[in-house]
Order: sequence, then structure tokens, then C-alpha cells
Amino acid sequence: MEGVAFAYPDGRQALFGVDLTLKRGERVALLGPNGAGKTTLVLHLNGIHLAGAGSVTVAGLPVAKENLTEIRRRVGIVFQDPDDQLFMPSVAEDVAFGPANLGLRGAALHERVTEALTAVGMQEFADRAPHHLSFGQRRRVAVATVLAMRPEILVLDEPSSNLDPASRRELAQILQSLDVTLLMVTHDLPYALELCPRSVLMDGGVIVADAPTPQLLMDAELMREHRLELPYGFNPSVAL
Amino acid sequence: MGAGHSHPLHLPGASPLHRMPSEVKIVAALAFVVSVVATPREAIWAFGLYALLLAGVAATARVPAGWLATRGLIETPFVVLAVVLPFLEGGPHVHVAGLSLSEPGLWAGWNIVAKGTLGVFASLLLAATTNGRDLLLGLQRLRTPAPIVQIATFMLRYADVIIGNARAMRIARLSRCHDPRFLWQVRAFATSIGSLFLRSYERGERVYVAMLSRGYTGALPMGATARPPARQWATALTIPAAAAAVSVTAWLTT
Repeated sequence: MEGVAFAYPDGRQALFGVDLTLKRGERVALLGPNGAGKTTLVLHLNGIHLAGAGSVTVAGLPVAKENLTEIRRRVGIVFQDPDDQLFMPSVAEDVAFGPANLGLRGAALHERVTEALTAVGMQEFADRAPHHLSFGQRRRVAVATVLAMRPEILVLDEPSSNLDPASRRELAQILQSLDVTLLMVTHDLPYALELCPRSVLMDGGVIVADAPTPQLLMDAELMREHRLELPYGFNPSVAL
Repeated sequence: MGAGHSHPLHLPGASPLHRMPSEVKIVAALAFVVSVVATPREAIWAFGLYALLLAGVAATARVPAGWLATRGLIETPFVVLAVVLPFLEGGPHVHVAGLSLSEPGLWAGWNIVAKGTLGVFASLLLAATTNGRDLLLGLQRLRTPAPIVQIATFMLRYADVIIGNARAMRIARLSRCHDPRFLWQVRAFATSIGSLFLRSYERGERVYVAMLSRGYTGALPMGATARPPARQWATALTIPAAAAAVSVTAWLTT
């Protein structure tokens, strides 16, 4: 991602020249206060928003209209509210939606669905309706809907929000077990420390810091300047 | 927004009707309703026979009469209209229990109540024996236009979410001592409806973005397309066939 700038149709400028490179297999946290432009940036990764200036490339392929199907296969986004993501009448049908759009049918499609649901430990719930699941289970299914497309980059928007402590831990274990490049938008700083060796801090539509997560979280002045605060009693150096 | 329950209009069971493919039931219910609607209103005996047919179906599906009756209350607004008609219509009047009632109004009211009630109970029996997902698959297999199936899919999925939102907003209003008793206090409620509409619209946009992110290009993947055996069609269509025979007889004798 090089020099990416973007303004919404109403004229509000959200990104002012963002440079960001993710290495294959890396796990990176994207931090920043509300309104920093994190979600806008994420929506550039799969071409929902196309950069007004600058360019985005995924594994050598430019994000442009003619490549959108392949780009969306490579970049899987798990949105914050699972109810936005899960819209089909059953879990299995929802997980099948993405790979079916890629042209998979029959046994191959079924295999993908089973593989993705197994990866998040939800294979027993394949025939259930999404609204019959708990919030934590729906979040896991939302991850499966994207894993079923075998993405190269998995992007998660606030993956730990609204989860109870056990569901939060279970999701962390699942994410650690996956062999993909991970970009995680989060306000949950201990979660970032646990899962992502590298963190990128955004504010005001630009990247203001890009450093190893422990180093970034222990920079008290930087944190204060950009409205980031560690939970009460949490000490990154002790946690590590 | 946590764990939900099965739909209030569906009564899980294992009767032959529950096991029948949904597209067969949809066609049978629709054909039955068409026969009922096409029956001349003067053939009162025909509506009695239709009711008997429905009672037979309900017994086969093991749907209790009380269960159907409470859900049949949805028809009440139409019944109110039908009750008012004999007082409002013109034409020759008859005197019943000291009241002067319009004869064409009485027939129009009867027509609405009889056909409406039979239609409502036929639909309720279809819903009771078929879960929402199977109804959608049935519509899809009947080659219903894709946009209609997609809209129904979204309604089925998001009705619960929107009702949950509305419930949360109501609790939030009550928690701030909102206690509307009179019409002029309805403002907060009306504003909530507007806000719910906007929230649902915004959710629609987010769902669409999430779909695009998974490669959506305008068509939902098709479900299984196995055709039900002819025997099942024949069994299910005996009911609308009987109804059609009643309707034709009614036309010939009225």
C-alpha cells in the first residue's frame, strides 16, 4: 500500500497518504482512536474502496476493478458485527457463500465448508441458523465464512469486541493456529500484544507509528498523544 | 441477540406433511387458495367443505386447533372491516335482531371472512409444517424469480435482528421512565421507528459490503435441486384437486 489517499463522496477526507507493507505470514495489529481511518484503510485492501491517490497491491496483484474477484479471494475480511456477515439461513450455507461465488460446487464446496468450520471448531453447528448461536459462536462462524475462501490475508475488524473472556481466548487460539497473514484492527491492546508481534498506529488518516507491539505499547507519550490507554493494572513488560 | 428460538409460526413435527417437500406444499396451498377465492360467495356449503378439508390436513399434520386459532387472530383487522360493511353498504336492507343491515354488505362481509379465514388457515398450516429455510428452498426449486427469493431470505434472517433492536430500544426508553399513555406522548416511539429504519438501512449497506467482500456478483448460490417423486405431488395435490372440484360444482349449482 503506497501513498493511499481517500475521500468519501461527501468530501470528508479519511486517508492522507498511507504507506504500509505486510510481509507474508506476518501478524500485525492496526491500532488507533475512533475515527482514525482504520476501517476505511481495511476496505481498500479488497477494493470496496478504490484509492483516490496511491496504489494497493496484494501479492503482486494491483487492487483494481478488473482484479476484484481474485483480490477478494486473497483478502478475507471479518467484519465487526457477525450479524452483518452472516445472512444465509444456515451456518453451512453462509460458509459456502464465498467459495460458491468463486465457482466451487458439489463435493469440493462441501469439503471447503467442512474444512473452514473445523478450523474454528464449529463443524457441529453446520445446519443451525446463525441467529440460534451465541455471539461468540457467530464470530467464529464469521471467521469460517472467510477462511472457506482460503485467503492469503485475513483482516479482522475488532475481533475481540463483545466476547466473553473464554470466547476471546478461544478465538485467540484459533487465530494463532492459522497459517495466514493477519491484520487485526483492535482497541484491545492486550489482545494485540498477545497475537501480533508488530503494530501499526493510525491517527488522523495517516500512520504515525509502526513498531514491535511491546515497544509501541510501552511508549507512554505516543500512546497518550493518540488516545490509547492500557487497561488498569496491565503492564506489557510483565505480560511478556 | 443471543440464542434464539424456532419461528413462532412453525410447529416442529414428523407427520407426513412435515416430511413432504416444501415446493409440493407451496403449490398445493396456493392451488387450494385459488379454488377458494374462485368460489361464488353464495355457495355457503362449499366453504363448509373447504373447512373440513383443512381440518383433515390439520389432523394429519397433528397441528392442534388451539395453536391454529391463536395464530389465526392475525386476521382480526380484516374481520373488523367485514363486520362494518353491513352497516355501511347501500342496497336493500334486512332486519336482524332490531338492526337494519345492508344485504349486499352482509354478502361482502361474509365473502371476506370466509375466504380470508380459509386462506389464513391454509397459510398457517403451510408455515406450521415447513420451516422458513425449506420454504425458501421450495421457492427456489419452483424457479421463483431470484430477487424475490433473495428478499425473502433477508427478511427471514434479519426480522429477528430488527425485532431484537426494537426491543432493546424500547427497554432503553422505558429505563428512562418513558411511559406513553396518550396519543400526544407517542413522539419518542415514532422517533424510535425512524431511528430503527435508519439503523436497518445502514445495516443493509454493511451486509452488502460484507457480501461484496466475499465475491458476491448478484446471484445467490443455488441449493440442492433434487426433484420430489411424482407420488408425493399426487398425494399433496388431492387436497387442491378436491377444492377445485368443490369450486366447479359451486359454480354449476349457483
